[in-house]
Amino acid sequence: MNELVRLRTSPRPPTHDPAWRGRVFWTGAALVLLWPLLTATEFKPWQLFDARSREVTAQFLRGFLPPALAADFLALVARETWRTVAIATAGMTLALLIALPLTLVSTRVLSVSALRGRMGVLPFAVRQAVRVLLIVLRSVPELVWALVFVRVVGLGATAGVLAIALTYGGMLGKVYGEILESGETHASESLLRNGCGRLQAFCFGLLPQNAGELTSYTVYRWECAIRSSVVLGFVGAGGLGQQLDSSMKMFAGGEVSTMLLVFFGLVALADRTSTWLRKALA
Amino acid sequence: MTPRRAANPPYRLPPPIFDARCKACWFTLGLLVLVLASFLSLDLQWAQFFSLEAVHSMARFLGEFFPPDVQPAFLRQVLVATWETLAMSALGTALAAVFGLLLALPASRLHAGGQVRARGPTRLLLNALRSVPELVWASLLLIAAGLGPFAGTLALAAHTTGVLGRLFAEAIENAPPGPGIALRTQGAYEGQVFLYATLPQVLPQLMSYTLYRWENNIRAAAVLGVVGAGGLGQLLAFHMGLFHMNKTATILIAMLSLVGLVDAVSYGLRRLQTR
Repeated sequence: MNELVRLRTSPRPPTHDPAWRGRVFWTGAALVLLWPLLTATEFKPWQLFDARSREVTAQFLRGFLPPALAADFLALVARETWRTVAIATAGMTLALLIALPLTLVSTRVLSVSALRGRMGVLPFAVRQAVRVLLIVLRSVPELVWALVFVRVVGLGATAGVLAIALTYGGMLGKVYGEILESGETHASESLLRNGCGRLQAFCFGLLPQNAGELTSYTVYRWECAIRSSVVLGFVGAGGLGQQLDSSMKMFAGGEVSTMLLVFFGLVALADRTSTWLRKALA
Repeated sequence: MTPRRAANPPYRLPPPIFDARCKACWFTLGLLVLVLASFLSLDLQWAQFFSLEAVHSMARFLGEFFPPDVQPAFLRQVLVATWETLAMSALGTALAAVFGLLLALPASRLHAGGQVRARGPTRLLLNALRSVPELVWASLLLIAAGLGPFAGTLALAAHTTGVLGRLFAEAIENAPPGPGIALRTQGAYEGQVFLYATLPQVLPQLMSYTLYRWENNIRAAAVLGVVGAGGLGQLLAFHMGLFHMNKTATILIAMLSLVGLVDAVSYGLRRLQTR
């Protein structure tokens, strides 16, 4: 306050920033705090520019141009791109099959005993158990699921589909539950009070109200699944990622650049489709 | 006598199941075809997966996880890797915030009628950075930066720069123009206008975007090491490759508790904020 008064009454406006001392201090403190991070991550940017690394990188990058455009390679890329989309779609379908029943079991809105005020002990315990299951499914990264399933069922698309199914099943289940509980529950509640079954209350009370939001979230997750199915390929779960990984290990720059371009296209396409669909559904 | 009418005359027939003019019908049909084609074209080995043998191998596989390895020396290694994961995510996010802000400036229209020549190309660059996932960045950067956490940090920074740059640009464009106009009419330079008018207004929003991305990046950093880019993931891939299942179990537990902890802290903070 005094500072302001002094500034207002001083004959000349200040020629420099009055708060610069604090800014300099906090910048310095941040740099000091950054130091352990730099050592922990072995942050040595000059490594990028030493002669040997520069040579290898330049050689790899030079290979990027021109992109590999041989007919049989393009056919392979097209096949793998389709496999990527197929893994994502199949995984999402299975995830829906996992998520729907679990949502129906776990959502609080469909509890008959809760109509009396407090939920019964057993229903509460069942709902809580299903919730914990959903959290566990969701919090294991899909890459770890894929690593595990690659061990069990071998290399190939099965591991990718299962990994996406489990992780996304958990995510969908949790978010579906939240959507159903955050919406207006009047209709389903009166249906339940008048003796409807839970499934009827869901189909005729909750679903019509929340269908738009539920579909839109599902479409968004499908888009994410396409992106993550590329990543899953890196641990051997098939699709574009696996091909990209093997080309990178062989330093085939042209093939890598072609596949990166295809990947950009795929992600942009999925993005467009999902935006368009969500707009059409809203 | 007039012929008897039905009690409920069928005024309206139910709509046909498929109508060529109905968009939703075509959409559902397309979806069904996509799903069927996906399942048919993938050589999924369900028979093998649900066979008795697979159940046995799965059970044996899970059984090997127990007991998790808790030797002090190994625990210390896991702890170091966890710290490495955290450091990678923090530094990657910090770098991304700096570069994201630097790229957001040319990617946004700073004031009405301002220069926008660089806007298109910069946005294209940001989109390109963003659409390559962290893991793909990591495996690309391994060639230049070598195995280890440095490559992982750069990979996180590259992807997050794309994400944050775009969000920052939008925040800057949506900032209220008043203070900027006031400074500009007083003859302040473009840089001064940004530092003293636009930045203070959008800083809280930028911070919250950055923290949100940090949360995401911790999760991403935990698995990034699978391609050799340091942190818990590298330890996981290493011990899983050597079939050290007890050690794998410990690493998995560490990974899950890290992710769970981050989730819980962010949930708690958000609850505090909204209260």
